[in-house]
Amino acid sequence: MLFDAILNDFFWRALLGGLGVVLVAGPLGCFMVWRRMAYFGATLSHSALLGVALGTLFQIQLNLSIAVVSILISIVLMGLTRIQSLATDTLLGILAHSALAIGLITLAFMPDVRVDLTAYLFGDLLAMTREDLLWIYGGAAIVLALLAWLWRGLLMSTVHEELARVEGLPVERLRLALMLMFSLVIAVAMKIVGVLLITALLIIPAATARRLAKTPEQMVGLAVVAGMLSVGGGLSMSWNLDSPAGPSIVVAAFLLFLLTYGLAIPRRQN
Amino acid sequence: MADELVRLDDASIHLGGQAIVDRVNLTIRRGDVITIIGPNGAGKTTLIKAILGIHRLTAGTITREPGLTTGYVPQHTHFQPTLPLTVKRFMALTGASEADCRRALEQTSVGHLYHSTVHHLSGGETQRLLIARALVREPDLLVLDEPAQGVDVNGQAALYELIRELRDRLHCGVIMISHDLHLVMSATDRVICLNQHICCSGYPEQVSHDPAFVELFGQHVARSVAVYHHHHNHDHDLHGDVVPPTDSHAV
Repeated sequence: MLFDAILNDFFWRALLGGLGVVLVAGPLGCFMVWRRMAYFGATLSHSALLGVALGTLFQIQLNLSIAVVSILISIVLMGLTRIQSLATDTLLGILAHSALAIGLITLAFMPDVRVDLTAYLFGDLLAMTREDLLWIYGGAAIVLALLAWLWRGLLMSTVHEELARVEGLPVERLRLALMLMFSLVIAVAMKIVGVLLITALLIIPAATARRLAKTPEQMVGLAVVAGMLSVGGGLSMSWNLDSPAGPSIVVAAFLLFLLTYGLAIPRRQN
Repeated sequence: MADELVRLDDASIHLGGQAIVDRVNLTIRRGDVITIIGPNGAGKTTLIKAILGIHRLTAGTITREPGLTTGYVPQHTHFQPTLPLTVKRFMALTGASEADCRRALEQTSVGHLYHSTVHHLSGGETQRLLIARALVREPDLLVLDEPAQGVDVNGQAALYELIRELRDRLHCGVIMISHDLHLVMSATDRVICLNQHICCSGYPEQVSHDPAFVELFGQHVARSVAVYHHHHNHDHDLHGDVVPPTDSHAV
């Protein structure tokens, strides 16, 4: 079978996995950009390493433990933001780096486990297994279904939270759903670009798309396309130059971003 | 009473031990145009957010007519520049049909902006868009927080005129906050002067002579409002059927 042959090749598996992640990173990245949650995303992804550590410690499926830890962290964050004396970015900074540090220490204290830290920090796309693919596409299907179902409410509460509330939308629950989806995408995206670069995969394609889009839906579509081009470009860069795959994808996304803005600026002056 | 939309009884909101809104009694009926005035920090926005259900009362009760639909025009509406949004899409987010959206925009004279980007609208256009968005929900109660903010003087008069017109057409209640005493006095049935508690309330003429009003805003303001109001009575007949509200942005 052709499909089987494709799945047997590590390069194709990497490409398929990357494209699957980008499918949800596009829309969720847009929400991150719209709601100014970039730092929140970084905090969640840093805490993913804690998820890895705990998952390894208690021998739980890693995607699952990462998702659970992310969800817990986002709930803690929602509570902590009520503390008025500290700004949210300070709180996020505290939580992000503490979670990362605790994760690193926990991993270091496990003598039986030899963990390849770079794989977690920067991604290990080329080691994508069939099981990983299953997780990615399963997670993507859940997130996309949720997004489609909640789309109008999510968008409205992003445009104007109080108006949304007056119009009877369950603003708090929608925010929770969004955080849940962030946690899911971070759990699966970690494999692709690693803890330190996940936010880039979410935000850069969305920012690229902003320049060209007229409606929110267009922006989402363009962000997915930009993400796919980045995955394709990054992987071929990695293939040809033997550069690390995760960072190559981010660099490809960045180049695409520069290209769009470089093209758009002269047009604006007309 | 049959036409009571919202009733507040001894409504209070405390924040950190301080009363932001203090034992307010207020009834809004269908057809009312009520304006809340008061100094900064008087709790005006907090009060209307309580009416809208965004803030909860810490004491007292609020009774809403069952099935009450509210339209809200918030203060300082700032559209995130990162989120591309057209007037069309913004209106569609209410879930109303395209025809209804267009009709509401026509009613507030911004129909020609249907395909524009919300970020490029002027202050007056943004307010009219937000009013249209509130209208499309066919509200029983229209709540506006400083609707004339960022609108030039001519536009302000037109905007208040529009609000009264909409009240007549929809037969809804209107409650709004305003800073502009002169315009408020000419465009309102009832004025509530708020400084945590209700200092005074009544018809504009009554209020502008009320000692509590004079104390809050000073002799000078009170006298000029009273004088203005007198003038307004004179040219109200003229005003009634002169040119329809002109759009400040139309060239």
